[in-house]
Amino acid sequence: MTATDIRPSAAALDRRAIVRNRNMGQIIRWLLLFLGGVAMVMPIAYMISTSLKWPHEVYNVNLIPEEPTIENYTFVLEDGRFYMWFVNSMIIATITTISNLLFDSLVGYTLCKFRFPGRMIVFIAILSTLMIPTEMLVIPWYLMSQSFGWLDSYWGIMFPGLMTAFGTFLMKQFFESVPDDFIEAARIDGLNELQIWWTVAMPLVKPALAALAIFVFLGNWTAFLWPLIVTNSVDMYTIPVGLSGFGDEADVAWELIMTGAAISTIPTLVVFLIFQRFIIRGVVMAGLKG
Amino acid sequence: MYRNLTIKQKQIVWAWAFLAIPVLFYGVIRFYPTGNAFLISFQNWNLLGDRTWAGLENYRELWNDPVFWQVFRNTFAYLLIGTPVSLVISFVIAYHLDKTRFMHGFLRMLYFLPFMTSAVAMAWVWRWFYQPVPIGLFNNLLASVGLSQVAFLNSTTNALPSVLAPAVWAGLGFQVIIFMAGLRAIPVSYYEAARIDGVGWWTQLTQITLPLLRPTLVFIVVFSSIGFLRIFDHVFNMTTNNPGGPLNSTKPLVLMIYDTAFNGFNMGYAAAQTVVLFTILLIVSLLQLWILRSD
Repeated sequence: MTATDIRPSAAALDRRAIVRNRNMGQIIRWLLLFLGGVAMVMPIAYMISTSLKWPHEVYNVNLIPEEPTIENYTFVLEDGRFYMWFVNSMIIATITTISNLLFDSLVGYTLCKFRFPGRMIVFIAILSTLMIPTEMLVIPWYLMSQSFGWLDSYWGIMFPGLMTAFGTFLMKQFFESVPDDFIEAARIDGLNELQIWWTVAMPLVKPALAALAIFVFLGNWTAFLWPLIVTNSVDMYTIPVGLSGFGDEADVAWELIMTGAAISTIPTLVVFLIFQRFIIRGVVMAGLKG
Repeated sequence: MYRNLTIKQKQIVWAWAFLAIPVLFYGVIRFYPTGNAFLISFQNWNLLGDRTWAGLENYRELWNDPVFWQVFRNTFAYLLIGTPVSLVISFVIAYHLDKTRFMHGFLRMLYFLPFMTSAVAMAWVWRWFYQPVPIGLFNNLLASVGLSQVAFLNSTTNALPSVLAPAVWAGLGFQVIIFMAGLRAIPVSYYEAARIDGVGWWTQLTQITLPLLRPTLVFIVVFSSIGFLRIFDHVFNMTTNNPGGPLNSTKPLVLMIYDTAFNGFNMGYAAAQTVVLFTILLIVSLLQLWILRSD
């Protein structure tokens, strides 16, 4: 026996050093990622923190308010406008979401499972609308709304988004995974096509429907340009439009502006925290398939 | 009558019954307005006054408008700074997050959270951060470590990156998630083979990870490019006292369109600007198709 056999071999020492280094590396990586993540949520944290501060404390950089208060929320909500804008946004985002779920999936399903003359034309026509930016359509939409009297109404805010090409293609992709045999079997059982779509196909694409719902709801909840253009009375504002005007009006009362911002952000954050895993999966699905 | 149809004919009837309302919708709410936008861009129209044919006059005016070129430069500045910066940051985060198991879900949540916020709300939060001493958080922090304060939104050179920062910040989480999905799709066996061959991490990154990540990269580049070319909410809300200011230094194309159409009521001129935006976006999308096809 030589001495080298008793002591760990050079290679083993090497390996140990590598493992130790790797562990150190892992810890440093984790810490940096953690610090980066904390920095990412800081704007949100400061928004909420400031909304809970008294005016005299707003300019302190401390994150935890010394004497937390809900005074700002009481003030902003008693004013009544945020409550109104919140309800407007909720109604608009909900109706638009339902409309997209129904129509996008119906069109996606038809394009996926039916063979009929004109199918390719419809398919390409809808696909091509993906190339048209909303910003190009706002002027014609405005003129259209003006001549039909849709300005300053829920319908006026909603109509451009009731169906989307993005949603249609997302759903079409997912209906591909529904076996034709299921549909055939249902047909033999005597279901009509509407019943097949609703009772056979739709339940099989629930995850896709949920992903679409999240995207459409979030998109409409935060939509700014078109609601800004089409509304002109304070009663009809959605929350982003209202907040934008409120920010100007509140001037240097940053605690009130932060409260308004928090009111408009907290609902989506809460929804996210509850359905986190599910939403991230949905985002990946929609991002990669859509 | 329906009873006498063959199964195939019945299918056709059903298909068109399902498509009737959507086809009407796409025709009236998408195609007609698109054509209309092109048409209006060749007209002189003050909304209240008459609609007269102008030919290429709006486009000529645009070409000779110094504000338009300033706006054009700004729009591409948003794109050319925003896209690479957000791409690199989100890739670095995704690359390391992908290798981290401990509290992975929690870290991912921290990075994704900003994506769920509304641009308008966050624009106001960042606007507050940027205020001078004693209001703004950033300048207060600078002052507390003894540095002189920075004019973020009041300077013609700093304002554009300052407005861009929250836009980059809000989009990072989405890009990280997409990158991680792309990274996960690369077969582990490639890395195992590389490890057996004693290949270092840099070579693995440049020879395996990045080439196999190409579709994901292209998707993210195009997605974020289109986003930055259409930037509006952040700019508008961070500069409401003087939209696009100071001195038009932050004004993007969409804000110019909004101003021309809904403050100046010069519909023809605004429509010509939207056609320019459409053309730019079309070129970006076609580039994507072209790059992906060569795979």
